[in-house]
Amino acid sequence: MHPLLARKKRLGLYLLGWVPVAGLLWAGMAGDQGPVEAAAQAAGLALAYAFAGLSTWYLCRAFPLGTTSAAKLVLAHLAAAAALSGLWVLLAWGLGPATRLPMLFGFGVLLAVLSAALHYVWLAVEASREAQRRAMAAQVAAREAELKALKAQINPHFLFNSLHSISALTSVDPARARKMCVLLSDFLRSTLGLGEKTSVALAEELALARNYLAVEGVRFGARLKVREEIEDGCHACAVPPLLVQPLVENAITHGISTLAEGGEIRIEARRSSRALRLVVENDFDPQAPPRRKSGMGLRNVRTRLEARYGQDARLEAGALGGRWRVEVLLPVEEEEPR
Amino acid sequence: MRAIIVDDEELARAVLREYLAAHTDIEIVAECANGFEAVKAVSELKPDLLLLDIQMPKLDGFEVLELIEGEPAVIFVTAYDTYALRAFEVHAVDYLLKPFSAERLAEALERARRRVGQKLPPPAELAAAARPPQQFLERMVLKDGARVHVIPVNKLDYIEAQDDYIALHVEGREHLKQQTIASVEAWLDPSRFVRIHRSYIVNLERVVKIEPYTKDSRVAVLAGGERLPVSRTGYARLKALLGEGA
Repeated sequence: MHPLLARKKRLGLYLLGWVPVAGLLWAGMAGDQGPVEAAAQAAGLALAYAFAGLSTWYLCRAFPLGTTSAAKLVLAHLAAAAALSGLWVLLAWGLGPATRLPMLFGFGVLLAVLSAALHYVWLAVEASREAQRRAMAAQVAAREAELKALKAQINPHFLFNSLHSISALTSVDPARARKMCVLLSDFLRSTLGLGEKTSVALAEELALARNYLAVEGVRFGARLKVREEIEDGCHACAVPPLLVQPLVENAITHGISTLAEGGEIRIEARRSSRALRLVVENDFDPQAPPRRKSGMGLRNVRTRLEARYGQDARLEAGALGGRWRVEVLLPVEEEEPR
Repeated sequence: MRAIIVDDEELARAVLREYLAAHTDIEIVAECANGFEAVKAVSELKPDLLLLDIQMPKLDGFEVLELIEGEPAVIFVTAYDTYALRAFEVHAVDYLLKPFSAERLAEALERARRRVGQKLPPPAELAAAARPPQQFLERMVLKDGARVHVIPVNKLDYIEAQDDYIALHVEGREHLKQQTIASVEAWLDPSRFVRIHRSYIVNLERVVKIEPYTKDSRVAVLAGGERLPVSRTGYARLKALLGEGA
């Protein structure tokens, strides 16, 4: 069905557009008959042609502009317009003492061609709107997929290395092997639900990071030292999930693991009334062999912060006083008490 | 077979030690926790077999291979599979992905035993094969007697070919390394290092000006005052990089 017929309001507007046509018809006929009869006849003819004109829509769809040859297009529309106008003239002849029928026929053809042109314009607008809508939908989908991929990023190498440590401990120190299994399971379990959440309390994030460091502590032994300076008011702040752990993982892979004698990771959190500041600082070897895929974790965190806070959050990383320092500033949002 | 274990993690070394105890023909002559120790131990002890981790402090596994002499059989032991796999396909005896079983290690050792006595490719060649494509060198390693030098490439002034060696010119000093100039050219970022002559690669940042020399040739003047010959093709490369202003 023609889309105009489906919506009453649009149909009303469309018919309103035919009032001038009716006026023109009346002006043409009023000389030969009484103004009242002429008005009735003009109104009837206009109304009939208004609906008949909608049929060009089917023709326009059957002969799309881009793929139909020009000759075929012109021929089809002229034939249709002539047929439509012929019927109209027949109707006018039936309705009353009509004169000037050839002129009416010409007018009818003109109107039918105009209707076809307008239908083409309309179809083009619809098509571009549809394309735009589809592009937007694709963009939204891509963004969602990206965020999903960003969230669920536990480094598989971390798993393999941890399992290797457990494998080593099973014969040397079974009790520690069991402890490591529990630590690793705790860590994995707490990351499982995180992908679904949009925010967690900083306390939870810190617990996860501690858990991660405990696992790495088994692997690195005395090479890994950790210091925390967390201000009391920070624990309840809402932060995106997996914010702290990637920073700490970065500190291990690009810091502690590059040092034969190991080093320290310092985690600091402070807040004002509006901003939360997180710092993860670690010893590192500026001359370490270049790592492959370096900086993935940091880039991931930065992208997520941008997506969520725009200009209101900031992540800065760089060497400072011989240590590697990553600082994150983000707006304070109190976690709702649950 | 005399073996050296190289891994920065004590627990990872412990697994190998434990598994290797079952193989009576294998003697562990050293355990190293970083790349420097490994280079030193290999040159002193000349092992038949190297069980080598890739990601380590100071020097990575590939850099260790570049620096050692002799031709030990190499088994990579790593949690990072991509490059080990590449290396293995080309030359390495085998690679073990952590965590691995005693049986898997036994298989790798069996391969190593078969390879001992065969002519093995030089370790440096193995390192070159394992180098990830499209990733340019950020630093170069070389050995000067017992000392290992690590040279960040941005400190290089120029590289000069000398027979089978290349001379790296860094801050007025010269370091020799056994490598061809063509292979080092392939490892360096072509937008920063230009082969200006059959025998010279120059760090573009160090070039102050290009002067005409003879009808067909030119010289490049470096920030330190050194003058290097520029061939016709070398000049074309420079011009392509610097635009017509060169």
